[in-house]
Amino acid sequence: MIVELGHYALILACLLSFIQATFPLYGAQYNQGRLMALSSPAAYGQLFFVTISFASLMYAFVVSDFSVANVARNSHTLKPMLYKVSAVWGNHEGSILFWALILALYGALVAFFGRKLPKTLHVRVLAIQALVGLGFYLFLLLTSNPFERIFPFPMEGNGLNPLLQDPGLAFHPPLLYMGYVGLSVTFSFAVGALLEGRVDAAWARWVRPWTLLAWCFLTAGITLGSWWAYYELGWGGWWFWDPVENASFMPWLVATALLHSAIVVEKRDTLKSWTILLAIIAFSFSLLGTFIVRSGVLTSVHAFATDPERGVFILIFLFIVIGGSLLLFALRADKMTPGGLFAPISRESMLVINNLLLTVAAMVVMFGTLYPLLRDALTGDKITVGPPFFNIAFGLLMIPLLLVMGMGPSVSWKRADLRGISSRLSFVFAASVVMALALFYVTSGDNFMAAVWLGLGLWVLLSTLFEWADRVKLFKSGALKRVLRQPRASVGMTLGHIGFAIAVIGMAGTSFWSSEYQGIMGYGDKATIAGYELTLRNTDGIIGPNYTAIRAIFDVSKDGVELSPLMPEARVYQTPPMPTTEAAILSRFTGDLFVVIGETNSAEYDQWAVRLYYKPLQIWLWFGVAIMVLSGLISLSDRRFRMGTLKSRKNK
Amino acid sequence: MKYALSLLFWMMMSFSLMAVGVDEVRLLDLAQEARAQGLMKELRCLVCQNQSIVDSDAALAKDLRIIVRERITAGDNDEQVLSYMTSRYGDWVLLKPPFDGATIILWMSPLFLLLIGFFVIFKNQGNRQETPNSAPLSADEKKRLKNLLKDKGGK
Amino acid sequence: MKLYKFLPFVIFSVISLALYIGLKLNPSIIPSPLINEPIPEFSLPVVGGEEAGFNSDDLKAEDEVILVNFFASWCGPCYIEHPFLMKLKERGYKIYGVSYKDKARATNKFLSNLGNPYYKVAADEDGRMAINWGGYGVPETYVIKNGFIQYKHVGPIHEMEFEDKVMPIIESIDQ
Repeated sequence: MIVELGHYALILACLLSFIQATFPLYGAQYNQGRLMALSSPAAYGQLFFVTISFASLMYAFVVSDFSVANVARNSHTLKPMLYKVSAVWGNHEGSILFWALILALYGALVAFFGRKLPKTLHVRVLAIQALVGLGFYLFLLLTSNPFERIFPFPMEGNGLNPLLQDPGLAFHPPLLYMGYVGLSVTFSFAVGALLEGRVDAAWARWVRPWTLLAWCFLTAGITLGSWWAYYELGWGGWWFWDPVENASFMPWLVATALLHSAIVVEKRDTLKSWTILLAIIAFSFSLLGTFIVRSGVLTSVHAFATDPERGVFILIFLFIVIGGSLLLFALRADKMTPGGLFAPISRESMLVINNLLLTVAAMVVMFGTLYPLLRDALTGDKITVGPPFFNIAFGLLMIPLLLVMGMGPSVSWKRADLRGISSRLSFVFAASVVMALALFYVTSGDNFMAAVWLGLGLWVLLSTLFEWADRVKLFKSGALKRVLRQPRASVGMTLGHIGFAIAVIGMAGTSFWSSEYQGIMGYGDKATIAGYELTLRNTDGIIGPNYTAIRAIFDVSKDGVELSPLMPEARVYQTPPMPTTEAAILSRFTGDLFVVIGETNSAEYDQWAVRLYYKPLQIWLWFGVAIMVLSGLISLSDRRFRMGTLKSRKNK
Repeated sequence: MKYALSLLFWMMMSFSLMAVGVDEVRLLDLAQEARAQGLMKELRCLVCQNQSIVDSDAALAKDLRIIVRERITAGDNDEQVLSYMTSRYGDWVLLKPPFDGATIILWMSPLFLLLIGFFVIFKNQGNRQETPNSAPLSADEKKRLKNLLKDKGGK
Repeated sequence: MKLYKFLPFVIFSVISLALYIGLKLNPSIIPSPLINEPIPEFSLPVVGGEEAGFNSDDLKAEDEVILVNFFASWCGPCYIEHPFLMKLKERGYKIYGVSYKDKARATNKFLSNLGNPYYKVAADEDGRMAINWGGYGVPETYVIKNGFIQYKHVGPIHEMEFEDKVMPIIESIDQ
């Protein structure tokens, strides 16, 4: 009964979104106040009903109602409660409903926080938001209904893939969706502004905080996925350029560009067309990603059950929404009043280069992801575009980006003094080069690229710190007061760039200097890697809630100092039957020690296949990205972004 | 205890295709082994979704790793090892797409897209007018500016 | 009207078209580079013994169209396709069976329990022959004529696919 209520609520939400997308638009065009007034209530109503819908699906999972086909396919009574709940969004239909929920949530937030916006703009933005929502509701109701009943119903469900039964992965989709879908707000704003025919101060003030919010979530979501892959998949890899990973990375790259472009719009009232275009492109990539994952056009470890019929639906929807907005852009973008001018060397131009590099990077990733498909369609050849391509192509674009990133914050607006900057920064540049070369020699100079990346990471780190020290006049009296008085958005920028630099250094360490050991060990045998000595002491059996496992116990010591033991497991889940490995990881500042236990070779169960990995600076990667997310949140808390306050800002 | 372990073992052996094994024989020559590892990273595991034969635990991946090592020991250069694989499985087995007439648009895409981007940017800039006040500030004006900025507290 | 502002729309339209075409394709079918190539040289022993099973010369010597089927007792889909292979044997097709990475005892048990559809059976215990033929799993079936590989079928072979895909090739070759 509750499930049917959920189904009905979904239909109501769909109707409301239709209303929100149509009548107020007409009202805005012909100045009909009554029609425009429908907009916000419809948005709140949508949220209300889709929440009921989602809650009812969650209820079905929590009580293990196997008469619902979706629950029967993806759940099991023995699953721990957390994973019963996360199974709601861990399958195709549920995840689309989740998308719709978050879309409605953002719509309601826009309805609420945008009360002080000019009425026609407010209504247009909500209409676009509802149009996107309408597509999702129709998709759900027509092709992917999560509330379908199954008869006769099974006594037990199929269970959830054991790999997905993990806390990290349970939270990965919600964070990602808050990010992906959050980009819909700036999208709706961009299209709304195009419909209005003008971009004014209100628009500029809205873009940055909403992009920032979506960006923070997206960064966190992607990283959580990477971190999960690192500790769960058994060989310490954290990025594979898999199509689904790329599908989340492309919006992130464009969102980063959008973030920086929004700064220029706000401060200098220029680059408006670019920012609008980026806002459209960012969300377009979100939608495109959704398509790629569900339509079966590409194979991937992540792909949901593939169905070309669904693919056609999404594609038509994509063409209307994205194609429509890009067409509108082409026709209307000229109407935007051109903004301030700036010299070839200025902060604006640095940001333009930054945006260009990020956008090109996103397009290259897209091209690499879709090339096998294009080639197959045109010539019938089957080609793989794998990590080697992406590492080279993307890496090459990142080099100039990192270089510019170090310079950017030191370059002033409108017109910069190139000589002044280079004299100040050349010292920092030289320092980075020297340190990189030193590291190159210390590690017996076997990998030049490693030194290059380290050098770039150091360059960004040092130049950002240098710019900050210069700005707060660190070594003059009253420095502390100046530090604390810095606007939070500036703190966010500095911290964000520092976080990124640390992450780059971590990536370099773990990518280029990892070492590995494979061997057969018996009880009492020792293995060494990177100065650590591991002894296999014992193994025992473990019975978990829905799995059984063999656990190995290793004594670990370094330079004679004993550390806590590491206990990797080899698990076998029951429903569905599947073996997994749970690596044991010792994370330290200088690197991670990663231990995996495998098959046993003899009938006596005293010889085991063991793999050891050492990943230098791995933790710097997670730490750096965490700092980036933190920096975004700090920026977001800046008082200047309080909604509804239309205070004029000092440096206008 | 032994019974429990043997039960576990039996369950695991029935999935031995997915269990973590070890490559028993690695090349003794470290340089050759490094070459082998590099090549293995470029070969796709055919029965996995999107992994190289280094990362994969599949039995076929292990067989292919052994073959790569054999070919290197037999004296093949990198190109020959890879073409051994492509002659059997086609270009699809390469994770790094070949650099030929058809893929040139892929490999050149970063450069190509950057050029388009620069073109559009300059077109855009060209449509704007020249900066009105191109004369640099005099020393006096600079001082006034500095004072003004100091008052407002930073950039 | 600045035409370059239409660039994003144009690029997107091209991508949409490609994706639309992509929906009609199947990314998991991988064509073999060995089609219309001579069969790779090999020589395999019988199952569970040292004596010669069959080799590439035997296959080349055949005048008619023959099938080479890779199978294993541990392979689920092989049980599914087995009845159809028996039917093919009744229809007069010569099927050479290759036992892929299997223990002799298990293979013999498989054949004695289910029946032996094969003209001759050989053992590829280390799987090398399969790799040389570009195989990557079981079951796989190859259509050979005059020592050339004419067609490769991946997965269990059923009546319908045989009619649709293999029969046309057999008929065209026989002309």
